[in-house]
Amino acid sequence: MTLKEFWHRLGSPRWFYQISGPFGWVFGSLAMALLVIGTYWGLAVAPPDYQQGNSFRIIYVHVPSAILAQSAYMLMGAAGLVLLVWRMKLADMVLAATVPFGMSMTALALFTGAVWGKPTWGAWWVWDARTTSMLVLLFLYIGLYALRQAVPRQEAAGRACAVLAVVGVVNIPIIKYSVDWWLTLHQGATFKLTESPSMPPEMWLPLLVNVLGFYCFFGANLVGRLRLEILRREHGTAWVQELMAGGRT
Amino acid sequence: MNGGLATAKPGTLFIAQLRRELTSTLRSLAEALNPLVFLFLAITLFALGAGGDPETLGAYAPAIIWVLVLLANQLSLEAMFRRDFEDGTLEQLLLLARPLFIPILAKVCAQWCVTGLAMTLLSPIAAMMLYLPLDALGVTMLTLLTGSPAITLIGAVGAALTVGLRRGGVLLALLVLPLFVPTLIFGAGAIMQAVAGMGTSAQIYWLMAISMLSLTIGPFAVQAALRISLEQ
Repeated sequence: MTLKEFWHRLGSPRWFYQISGPFGWVFGSLAMALLVIGTYWGLAVAPPDYQQGNSFRIIYVHVPSAILAQSAYMLMGAAGLVLLVWRMKLADMVLAATVPFGMSMTALALFTGAVWGKPTWGAWWVWDARTTSMLVLLFLYIGLYALRQAVPRQEAAGRACAVLAVVGVVNIPIIKYSVDWWLTLHQGATFKLTESPSMPPEMWLPLLVNVLGFYCFFGANLVGRLRLEILRREHGTAWVQELMAGGRT
Repeated sequence: MNGGLATAKPGTLFIAQLRRELTSTLRSLAEALNPLVFLFLAITLFALGAGGDPETLGAYAPAIIWVLVLLANQLSLEAMFRRDFEDGTLEQLLLLARPLFIPILAKVCAQWCVTGLAMTLLSPIAAMMLYLPLDALGVTMLTLLTGSPAITLIGAVGAALTVGLRRGGVLLALLVLPLFVPTLIFGAGAIMQAVAGMGTSAQIYWLMAISMLSLTIGPFAVQAALRISLEQ
């Protein structure tokens, strides 16, 4: 199958439903394995930080969730563009399915950041550049979620969210840059992250494993949500009726 | 719409649309002035809340001015497409057999005249009410002049997305306020730099760049959003 053919086939939710079953399993089991290994490695095996002691270990959750929060938004921007240009149904479903995941990842990143900040910086909340752009990202996610809830017709809701997601993706780099700029204006040398910029491999390898694990988890979550969404939206069609009646396709 | 508009030159179309918008604004002037009244009312509330202390107010003046300008703009955005949506004008506009870049630009321009431009012209009064050092007055006006087009353009996208919704007001705020963050940072930042006696050209250039970017992308996003809103 050529790439072009694949692209055309993606236009059919039914086709996607039929081929995506195994992906869910593969991503799911990979995620499980990677997360168990990475988390155990990070929490139990990796050496403590020479400055922060054991509190640094929260990065094994914090960093992956922050990365995923941003990746999910980028994915939504891409899906939004696809939806606006090609009106692909699946793109709308990707948009709808990613919002809750990205929102919870952003919230998790902010929460773990706060938990880490208390012993390290001495405060739950600090207007640090990255924290602030994460908070703005959370608001962007909430906006998308609220917009979808507010627009009564499903198709219109999807395309409205697509416009907002695309505008958001264009804005995110500007927001990020401006917040970095703002930090350099406001903040002297009050806080410093760990001075050592490069971690030893025994510390960053588990992090890498966990990041990959989070990505696989995202994949499994997305496929699962997409499959449910396809069934929900296509429930009136013959093939879903048939599927529900008994036979597996 | 007659055939004239579909084939008119861009300039003619822009001027015709702008004149229409400004006329209709003038005919309901009280409504157009409400955001400006809100701006000064909120400044008064800030002064009252801070006990009228010149030092406190002066220190926070850049932030207060910019945040209130954003909020006043946001309040006025809800009405931007509302009336045209309700009486069907918007639908007629979308039926034009040509891209809507020019008419939308004219609409945004008219909106900007009664919000961004008006607030820029009135900002010296706001600055004095908040004891902002007089040296920073020019920079304050310049930041508002260069930053407010971006606010109106970004806000117009949000307004277009929410125009068909029953309770769009709070949702509109939720959608557009996060997108105003860069404008706020550079705008208020430049005034603070000016108060401290430092150079502000970098921030001004950034504000201009953001406005230019919004100008190139914004009208297309507004057009897409309006089509979606009118399909419902």
